[in-house]
Amino acid sequence: MSKRHDEPIVRASGLTKIVPNGDATLTILQDIDLAVMPGEAVAVVGASGSGKSTLLGLLAGLDTPSRGSVCLDQTEVFALDEDGRAALRKRLVGFVFQSFQLLAPLTALENVMLPLELAGRGDAQSVARVMLERVGLGDRLNHYPKYLSGGEQQRVALARAFVIRPKVLFADEPTGNLDGATGEGIIDLLFELNSEHGTTLVLVTHDELVASRCARRIRLVGGRIVDGER
Amino acid sequence: MGRVAIALRMLARDWRAGELKLLGLALVVAVTSVTSVSFFADRVRHALTRDAHQLLGGDLLITSHHPLDQAFVDEARRRDLAVASRIRFISMSRRGAAMQLTGVKAVADGYPLRGKLRIAPAPNVPDTEARGVPPPGSVWVDERLASALDVNVGARLELGVAKLTVAAILTLEPDRGVSFFNLAPRLIMNAADLPQTELIQVGSRVHYGLLVAGERESVDQYERWAKTRLGRGERVQGLESARPEIRVALERAQQFLGLTTLLAVMLAAVAIGLATRRYSRRHLDNYAVMRCLGASQWQLFAFFAWEFIALGVIAAALGCALGFATQQLLAGGLTEFVAVVLPPPSWVPAAQGVLLAFVLLLGFALPPLMQLKDVPALRVLRRDIGRPRERQLISYATGFAALTALILWQAGDPKLGAYVLGGFAGAAIAFAAISYGSLRLVASAGGLGGIAWRYGLANLRRRARASTVQILALALGLTAILLLTVTRADLLAAWRAKTPPDAPNRFILNIQPEQRAPLASFFQDHGLPSVTVYPMVRGRLIAIDGAEVSAEHYEGLRTKRLVEREFNLSFMDELPPHNRISAGRWFAAADRVNGAFSVEEGIARTLGIKVGNRLTWSVGGRSFTARVANIRRLDWDSMQVNFFVIATPPLLERYPTSYVTSFHLPGSYAPVMNKLSRTFPNLTVVDMSLIVRQVLGVIERVVQAVQVVFLFTLAASLLVLYAALLATEDERVREAALLRALGASRAQVAAAQRVEFVVIGLAAGILSAGGAAAIGALIAEQVLNLPYTPNPWLWLWGPALGAACVTVNALAGARAALSRPPITALREAE
Repeated sequence: MSKRHDEPIVRASGLTKIVPNGDATLTILQDIDLAVMPGEAVAVVGASGSGKSTLLGLLAGLDTPSRGSVCLDQTEVFALDEDGRAALRKRLVGFVFQSFQLLAPLTALENVMLPLELAGRGDAQSVARVMLERVGLGDRLNHYPKYLSGGEQQRVALARAFVIRPKVLFADEPTGNLDGATGEGIIDLLFELNSEHGTTLVLVTHDELVASRCARRIRLVGGRIVDGER
Repeated sequence: MGRVAIALRMLARDWRAGELKLLGLALVVAVTSVTSVSFFADRVRHALTRDAHQLLGGDLLITSHHPLDQAFVDEARRRDLAVASRIRFISMSRRGAAMQLTGVKAVADGYPLRGKLRIAPAPNVPDTEARGVPPPGSVWVDERLASALDVNVGARLELGVAKLTVAAILTLEPDRGVSFFNLAPRLIMNAADLPQTELIQVGSRVHYGLLVAGERESVDQYERWAKTRLGRGERVQGLESARPEIRVALERAQQFLGLTTLLAVMLAAVAIGLATRRYSRRHLDNYAVMRCLGASQWQLFAFFAWEFIALGVIAAALGCALGFATQQLLAGGLTEFVAVVLPPPSWVPAAQGVLLAFVLLLGFALPPLMQLKDVPALRVLRRDIGRPRERQLISYATGFAALTALILWQAGDPKLGAYVLGGFAGAAIAFAAISYGSLRLVASAGGLGGIAWRYGLANLRRRARASTVQILALALGLTAILLLTVTRADLLAAWRAKTPPDAPNRFILNIQPEQRAPLASFFQDHGLPSVTVYPMVRGRLIAIDGAEVSAEHYEGLRTKRLVEREFNLSFMDELPPHNRISAGRWFAAADRVNGAFSVEEGIARTLGIKVGNRLTWSVGGRSFTARVANIRRLDWDSMQVNFFVIATPPLLERYPTSYVTSFHLPGSYAPVMNKLSRTFPNLTVVDMSLIVRQVLGVIERVVQAVQVVFLFTLAASLLVLYAALLATEDERVREAALLRALGASRAQVAAAQRVEFVVIGLAAGILSAGGAAAIGALIAEQVLNLPYTPNPWLWLWGPALGAACVTVNALAGARAALSRPPITALREAE
């Protein structure tokens, strides 16, 4: 498939998520239209319950919408089945989560190797090692997550996200579980890696300071975009 | 990188992280216990077959009333088979004025091909294995002949016109056969001396035999060849059934071992299910993350499947190796009593072990794993979704069915398997129902007591399902432990009691009616206990319901010979001790008038006789008919006089009757038997002490073997208990942290958990006591055929054990829950 740089790499149209709530229904997201260009960094901000995380889940193809569509790198996400979406994620997407989501039984190195192994890469170990050294954890390769500090865990998560050189990185409150100084360090690292790899970044946060590092801000209120829509 | 390689790395990582240790251990325990017992049973089975060969003296016997054609020997040699000839006849042996009708066997080098002769340097002294056969010019005589002729080793006796030296006392001939009735005293001589006795003349009644032994296939081919060349009066004999007493003892031994194994497997299955459930719950997030990273459902399932297959292979290999080592231990002592060396085991038990590992994994690990497949990737963002649905019942039912099939196959004893499985399944359902019901009941009492009591009970109510699973698993584990300790001891005691050390070891046959009183006085005069004598009449079965009984109508050599042979019938009014009616009723008044029979269960099955059939017997040329009133079950291991067929007295009283009895002769009384033989020369005294010794030996060994195998079951039980209590540990840790965060003191948190544990422990203990009593009684009555009264101590031990288990766990659990700062526990549990 030919990829054109003037086409958005992430595009949502009429994205709506309605969930049953007792006898009634609850609209979490309503008619979201959104386009993110390659290399762009977009922050999604809003109060708790505004639908930020739901939007992120839909954009990444982790959840299915009630209506609307999402295109990732010219591919209609919801035309694929769940396994097809997984394959798409494997090819295009990296994730960073608020709660790090490292696999407890795996060491730092093994956690970073995991996406490479899933992609069938034979050089997983050496590539992962280089990546961990890049995030400053060259001396913590064989530590288990529970022996790492929160900041260190998130750095492992960043290494894991970038190690497959994703086209799009989705970050869900990456500093939400970290204190101010540590959070700042992580955001610096995130943006460094982002520019090094030329990755498109979609970042969900309620922290205005973090959001201000992004070129564009999208504000969600009650499931609708009130600011920054394109 | 291949899936298998990733799966192996995942296995290594999970193992290192301790996620799979419980599961792996449960698998190893199950495979070890099954393979150790089936390796052992396999060898015993082979040994029994070989024993049967020993009773024949070879693998095949060709008999004839005239010297066999040399072609039979040549052909056997051509096929690389060992051959040995033996000639048997009855003759009079003499020493001075003493004469005795004697069963003579003339043998040549090589005899016997299977089994060994045993001889002693004098009567009533320890014997040893004989090397070869009596040298020319000498004979070996049995104790009875020595006593009848009053000869000792070194004396000379006359046989025909030859004078031969007694070189040893013969204590055991493997091929003497099981029929010890109507046996004349025995003498073995060298075939080279036969011509000089001049006993074999034209018209002499002589049985010629050619024994053949070798590779099974060659023997089978030779048998087919020989059968086409048999002349008049020549026949091929296959296997005779091995001694029933030993067979019964060994069969029961296998039942005991089988029972123990079955329990271990059942428990391992429960442990595996619990462990995998916990594993999959702990892996929900990992699964979601991997989905997020782009792994497909199928890819992830394949990883986990390969991981578990690898685990299964490793556990099976380890289990088989441990099982093999254990059976060596089991077999080590038994050989002393049954055979010189047990044959090596076959590969079948190992295959069963591997199969078992996979059935356990597929049946009990797959269902929780399958749930992992459904975990949505979105769980990485929202933890509240993606809890697997509880739909395990159907999956577990499939696993249970597969396990049932496997157990029934491997136990080789469908009845025992069915009772244990059925008993456990019934117990599980009853336990689950009772505990769920009583949890709801107990929880409704929540208003009483302090905060710990209230909170503990509230937890039980809230986790009613999880608590039920815990009580169920604990109760099953404890049931197995109780069955194997209290009940097992009772059952083994009941079994031992059936073959006590003073079990009869001598039989006296051929007692004439008028000798009953003098014999009783002889016993009294020599300080021996009084004995019951049973009448015995020899008869031939000629018709069942009017249809003629003929060997042609039956399959199998043993049955054919049974039909051709005369039976020993007895008559009595009362059911003898050690006999039980299994169908019909013991003789009623009307039966005594009309005449009726009581038939032993095994022979009835073999000959197709049922209650109500009319049997026609021929005794001394006259025949009579009467109906079968009942079928009887015998205790072969009682070593008492047993009869296949008993009639009402009026039917048989008028026929020539001799009497038979059995009694226990203490070792020091051996000389009394010589005196008995001299006082009543017509009596035949059969020494059964060797067989009694063997039976007792087998029982003792089995008791030890059961104890070894019991350890596996105990290990499996402990694994179940551990897995059951671990099942809610994660949740407990989080709750404790939350309570602490909310300001509860450590003591309060610990007390609340104690309430929960105490209720679970006591409930499980009480249920298990009931379960063990019920299953124990069922197995004793229905399978092992032993009398059994449930031990009242069960009701103390059950709850005590339950309480002890949970106390240990509560202490450890509380420490785990309270040792960390609440924030750590909360964070980990997030």
